[in-house]
Amino acid sequence: MAFKNYLLVCGGTACDSSKGIELTDELRKEIDAAGLKDDVQIVRTGCLGFCEKGPIVKVLPEDTFYVSVKPEDAKELVQEHLVKGRIVDRLLYNHEQGKSLVTVEGIDFYQKQFRIVLRNCGVIDPDKIDDYIARDGYAGLEKALFEMTPEQVIDEVSRSGLRGRGGAGFPTGKKWSFAAAQPKGEKYMVCNADEGDPGAYMDRSTLEGDPHSVLEAMAIAGYAIGASKGYIYIRAEYPLAIRRLETAIEAAREYGLLGEKILNSDFDFDIELRLGAGAFVCGEETALLASIEGNRGMPRPRPPFPAVKGLWDKPTVINNVETLANIPVIISKGADWFNKIGTADTRGTKVFALTGKVNNTGLIEVPMGTTLREIIFEIGGGIKDGREFKAAQTGGPSGGIIPREFLDTPIDFGSLSKIGSIMGSGGLIVMDDTDCIIDIAKFYLEFTVDESCGKCSPCRIGGRKLQNYLSRISDGRGQLKDIENMQKISEAMTRASLCGLGQTASNPVQSSLKYFMDEYLEHINDRKCRAGKCKKLITYTITDKCIGCTVCTRHCPVAAITGTVKEKHVINQARCIKCGICYEKCKFDAITRS
Amino acid sequence: MSNTKQNTNNDKVEITPDLKLFIDEWKDKPGNLIMVLHRVQETYGYIPRSITFDVAALLEVPLAKIYGVLTFYNFFKTEKPGRNIIQVCMGTACYLRGGDDIMEELEKQLGIGVNGTTKDNEFSLEAVRCLGCCGLAPVVVINGDVHGKISSNDVAGLLKTYREKESVTA
Repeated sequence: MAFKNYLLVCGGTACDSSKGIELTDELRKEIDAAGLKDDVQIVRTGCLGFCEKGPIVKVLPEDTFYVSVKPEDAKELVQEHLVKGRIVDRLLYNHEQGKSLVTVEGIDFYQKQFRIVLRNCGVIDPDKIDDYIARDGYAGLEKALFEMTPEQVIDEVSRSGLRGRGGAGFPTGKKWSFAAAQPKGEKYMVCNADEGDPGAYMDRSTLEGDPHSVLEAMAIAGYAIGASKGYIYIRAEYPLAIRRLETAIEAAREYGLLGEKILNSDFDFDIELRLGAGAFVCGEETALLASIEGNRGMPRPRPPFPAVKGLWDKPTVINNVETLANIPVIISKGADWFNKIGTADTRGTKVFALTGKVNNTGLIEVPMGTTLREIIFEIGGGIKDGREFKAAQTGGPSGGIIPREFLDTPIDFGSLSKIGSIMGSGGLIVMDDTDCIIDIAKFYLEFTVDESCGKCSPCRIGGRKLQNYLSRISDGRGQLKDIENMQKISEAMTRASLCGLGQTASNPVQSSLKYFMDEYLEHINDRKCRAGKCKKLITYTITDKCIGCTVCTRHCPVAAITGTVKEKHVINQARCIKCGICYEKCKFDAITRS
Repeated sequence: MSNTKQNTNNDKVEITPDLKLFIDEWKDKPGNLIMVLHRVQETYGYIPRSITFDVAALLEVPLAKIYGVLTFYNFFKTEKPGRNIIQVCMGTACYLRGGDDIMEELEKQLGIGVNGTTKDNEFSLEAVRCLGCCGLAPVVVINGDVHGKISSNDVAGLLKTYREKESVTA
């Protein structure tokens, strides 16, 4: 390690999309031009998490943390920091506020975070297996193969209290022991990387930033249950993650960490990728297996559970990416270490994709038991544009809407289900007072209706009915009895649907009915949408404050506003499409929305 | 939508040697159909009808099964897309930050609906599931380039840029 400085440039999808690749090229060019080629190494890392302020560049060994770095900043960064050793103040976090922070210490976003799953994201070059090994990578596999029996591995995972991070929270050790208990023979280890929840990208970032952690975990699991073949089922929409996985698998084979006789032991294990094709239901395990088998991804009744009869009718364990990323650490550091983190209900950490109306969007990892308030107001930096917090939504289309009174609930699997939501895979979406609860519930129902595979009627028909009721209410045609009907349908769907998709599809409706009944009643009785989102319920009118400046007339896309200069204007309600442009453009507050 | 072109997926398309090789390689692996369809779409940009006949013959699976699978998954396209493919993210974060307004504006300016292609074959419009860059919401992807934090006002400029780009690399 002869380099004087290391530049860690975030190579996550969000940073890459904000010209991260051009930035890296520019940095390389400037470093060459400054003659520092042998002194400075650029490392393209996985997601550093702080997507709001990307692209991010971290300079080691000083740990200087630069945010929103543009390709044109490369020259200054290289000349000032690397040549002259002076920090570029204007690229530091909080520079605009005059309170520049040089390192991540002190940045609220990184306080309270604790990284197990993302331990290597933003630290190593994901395309280099040596980087992973240097950070104790594959030490867990080595320990499992040479110091532990398969039973001991399962026991260690069971004692760690690890629960599946895909959403349902089933104890991982238990799942493994079911499959291990099946008679010897062909068994399979499957990684579920079909991250379909809208607003969630934890698994993608893990795979992009640290692919080897998942490969190592799959090999450990394979050893524990007696499988010699693994599949990673990954969304085709994640090309970067696919490419990094392919590179990682190749490298692991070369190093003898995958393939026959791993590390010269008697254990054989190899991994193949299978691509999803855009079906949300394939996140459900039996549907996922059907898809790997090359069929339509439709679920089947359980039991038999996949641990008994899974892929090609052989015993199969299916674990989610985040669950697996915990495994190498649990094995190398031990269950007792893992057990100290989190709550009694759920051990360990949870990765969330924090998005929506929050100042710092990004990827975060916190110990279980952290409260929503800490996540949204401390890590997330509060609500965007100084607006008011209205609700948070976890678990995507299968989750519930959580109102402000539960902001202080410590988050784990148990507490979230108690308040009518679910942990889900980790999407955490924040809403403010301009978001309408009915509109959000409708958005999720549209999603689940679209993604329902159609096999069982509670989901296929129930979902559509719920969506119709919600549309009606949002259009101002709702009736009081709709609420009762929605409750009945929701209950039927939960009880009678074949798989998790249908069973949880009504959660957004049930939780919003529970906590935001007043908004439903307002829409139905008063034909009013307080957030101003339900377009059919809004009317824009021009008041006497109008001075006739004609700005609104010029911006109206449908020429619905008429009036002469310096006289009060009028909106033709029949033509108005309620786009709200006039409301935003008026400088005199002369347009009201009701 | 008046500007949407008619079904064009009846053209006879020749199977490429690469694709044939890929199918041979995967022929005996269980569960190969989806992987083969992915390769077909990678090769042609969509799944041409005539190729499905070839796939059926080469893999020895009924055409009905191929269409059953192909129409189940959103990712597979049965229509040839336009020269520029516009994908509007309809994930929750993008929706909350105005993704539907962007979609509306695109539909208006292009005169086509979702999944439509303009008559001049310049643009196809698609609504896609979460792209996983929610920090940049709302997001539009054109030919694989991600454009983040855009507003309805940016739409005209974006379309102009891509219309003027001579050729695009797939």
